[in-house]
Amino acid sequence: MPTTLLERYFPVVLQAILAFAIGTLLIGASAILGKRVRNAVKNTAYECGMTPYGTAKERFSVKFYLVAMLFILFDIEAIFLYPWAVVFRDLKMFAFFEMLVFVILILAGFFYIYKKGALDWTAEELKPVQHKIHVDLMPADPVPSEKVTHAA
Amino acid sequence: MSGDTFFFYAFSALALLGGLGTVLLRNAVHCALALMTSLLGVAGLYLLQGAEFLFAVQIVLYIGGIMVLFLFVIMLVNLDQASKLQQFGRQTPIALVVALAAVAAIFSMLSKSAVLLPASVSLTPLTGGNTETVANVLFTDYLLPFELVSILLLVAVVGSVMMAGKRTE
Amino acid sequence: MPANFMPSAAEYFRFAPEIILTIVGTLVMILEAMTGDRDKSSLGYVSLLGLAAAMAAAVAANNDPGLAFQSMIIVDGFATFFRVLVLGVGMLTILVSTNYLSEAKANSGDFYALILFSVVGQSLMACANELIMIFIGIEISSIASYILAGYLRDDRRNNESALKYFLMGSFATAFLLYGVAWIYGLTGSTNLGEIRTVLSHGTAPTAMVGISAALMLVGLAFKVSAAPFQVWAPDVYQGSSAPISAFMSAGPKAAAFAVMVRVFYTSFDSISNQWEPVFWIMSLATMVIGNFAALQQRNIKRMLAYSSIAHAGYVMVAVTSHSAVGTAAVMFYLASYCLMNIGAFAVVTWMARDGEKFVEVDDFSGLAQKQPFVTAILTVLILSLVGVPLTGGFFGKFLVFKAAIDSHLMWLAILGLLNSAVAAYYYLRVLVVMYFREPGASTVNLPPVAGTLRVAMLVTTLGTIALGIFPGLILGFATQSSTLGK
Repeated sequence: MPTTLLERYFPVVLQAILAFAIGTLLIGASAILGKRVRNAVKNTAYECGMTPYGTAKERFSVKFYLVAMLFILFDIEAIFLYPWAVVFRDLKMFAFFEMLVFVILILAGFFYIYKKGALDWTAEELKPVQHKIHVDLMPADPVPSEKVTHAA
Repeated sequence: MSGDTFFFYAFSALALLGGLGTVLLRNAVHCALALMTSLLGVAGLYLLQGAEFLFAVQIVLYIGGIMVLFLFVIMLVNLDQASKLQQFGRQTPIALVVALAAVAAIFSMLSKSAVLLPASVSLTPLTGGNTETVANVLFTDYLLPFELVSILLLVAVVGSVMMAGKRTE
Repeated sequence: MPANFMPSAAEYFRFAPEIILTIVGTLVMILEAMTGDRDKSSLGYVSLLGLAAAMAAAVAANNDPGLAFQSMIIVDGFATFFRVLVLGVGMLTILVSTNYLSEAKANSGDFYALILFSVVGQSLMACANELIMIFIGIEISSIASYILAGYLRDDRRNNESALKYFLMGSFATAFLLYGVAWIYGLTGSTNLGEIRTVLSHGTAPTAMVGISAALMLVGLAFKVSAAPFQVWAPDVYQGSSAPISAFMSAGPKAAAFAVMVRVFYTSFDSISNQWEPVFWIMSLATMVIGNFAALQQRNIKRMLAYSSIAHAGYVMVAVTSHSAVGTAAVMFYLASYCLMNIGAFAVVTWMARDGEKFVEVDDFSGLAQKQPFVTAILTVLILSLVGVPLTGGFFGKFLVFKAAIDSHLMWLAILGLLNSAVAAYYYLRVLVVMYFREPGASTVNLPPVAGTLRVAMLVTTLGTIALGIFPGLILGFATQSSTLGK
């Protein structure tokens, strides 16, 4: 039976070393053994044989960010479920009710985002409202120049 | 040098070099990857202390969730222009001096006082695995903070939908 | 596992205000999601009812003081006072903001839910007995405040203030957490009472205890906008919507002061010779910076922000005195300060109107001729901010400087009084502008004062006068609770 930390986690260390070695080997071998041709055509991006046009910097919808953010919040809830599962048998109903309270509160959050349409992937988004006022963003000098344009 | 010492220095080097890389590198994606490496080093340090649960949570949550979120943001916000700008402002020399002074002060303090925990405090030794111990304490003694974390998550949910959700009018 | 960790009914009763607020907040959040486009003012009234119920529960919980939840929570007079204070601040904020939000077409249930959750965090800060609970309370309150600061997401001023507040606030909380970690390493516990016991043995290295206390002080001083950590306050208060500035200048500041007093008077009692000089310098710097910077401000929100920094300086003077009189002074001063500030920001909310076009001091010209009611309200509040007798502000300053003199902080008291005199200039300038200038373009189409806003203005003004004429109303309770239930 492995006892010390090193003995118990030796497989993990071995896998890390192996992963690092394979990655280094593949990239290193191709860098050392490959041809050294460099011209403008070779440095262009690969687009399945077609000539690339435009930049890759398209505007992404902010929905992706929202989904990633919500993933983290619910992932934290899942992380709390792991240790709870380990001691559930000892604590019985008390643990059940305390996790029930926790999950119900997070469920309320889930219900909220569902109803608000944050998970609705295909809905049309409206443009932001135009400013009615143009102000200098908190100017340093005490007399700001505010151009007030009255909305219709 | 025993295995533990070697791994301690290895993980600490990973954490420190990753941190330096995050601050000094130009390309934002490189900075995010350097931060991931730094967090991996910190996770390794947790493992060496015997906090296996924290090691797993650090990798799953921090690297697998939060750093991926960072990369999402870097993708959404086109940071091409940022890498061509001047990286450090006028306050760099002063900031360096202050930071080094603070580090020197902390070092001198730590080298003088070897024993941290007073003898009057007794810590109960671990019985059973680390996750089991953490769970035992978390769901009995620290029940109230655990429930309050759900409110914190609720606030984050409302905030993120409010800031990045779709407009309804 | 032993079953002695099951909380008893008495413990739930002591924690009842937070439970009520959480339930009402979640309910408001769900109702907001379910009702699509209808008028959301009713959700504001639901939140008001929730806050009132929580206030009743907090007062009732004081009949049975003690610890709760494995000594995570302590309910004593000090905690009850601050709980009732932050609940009152929440109620006044909702009254001030309903009309403003309706006009900005941003009336939404999640605003009220965020206010409720932020008040939960502040209430936790008031009654916390463990460093972990303090951290969680600070985080709940702060994150809700960051979101509220950027609530009108199309207004770039809101965006800027939310970003600045968030970045600097998270950094300061990181310092706090680092200090908490060091204290845990030095003492083996995060419970305030146990830390006090271990530190009083004197075996822990004092330099490291000092550094941990300093790290925690950085985090807490940021929250109360004490110098040299006050730089965020003017920009954040100016950029956020006026009702949110009212909320941020009152509630989180009061709760953070409660934490500061409890942590430093309980846990760090044994190293008080280390932190008292630091507090001395910080309170003097805060008063000086706040007052002298406010002299040059033309924007009324920025001026009120610097004035709130100066008021934080006065409260720090009372904290420096490290006595029971000082604690009572902190409590009384924060109560009168919250009323005064919310009232002043309520007037600013009404004057600024939609889009916050009219936020200069000069925009108040000639208001006395056009709207005598609001002018009278603002006059009383400004006289209280200056510290004229018969107002709550006067008694607050009196108690603060009395506490300072009782603890032989002569120079601090003298310099503080001089600062008060300097402050009179920029406060009275507003009065001069209102009474002795001719009305300008800003007073052409004054809207009527909405019902809820009128209630808020009257409550704050009458409260300020009541505290000035009958300070015994809360001073007796404050003095009783000032021993911090050790």
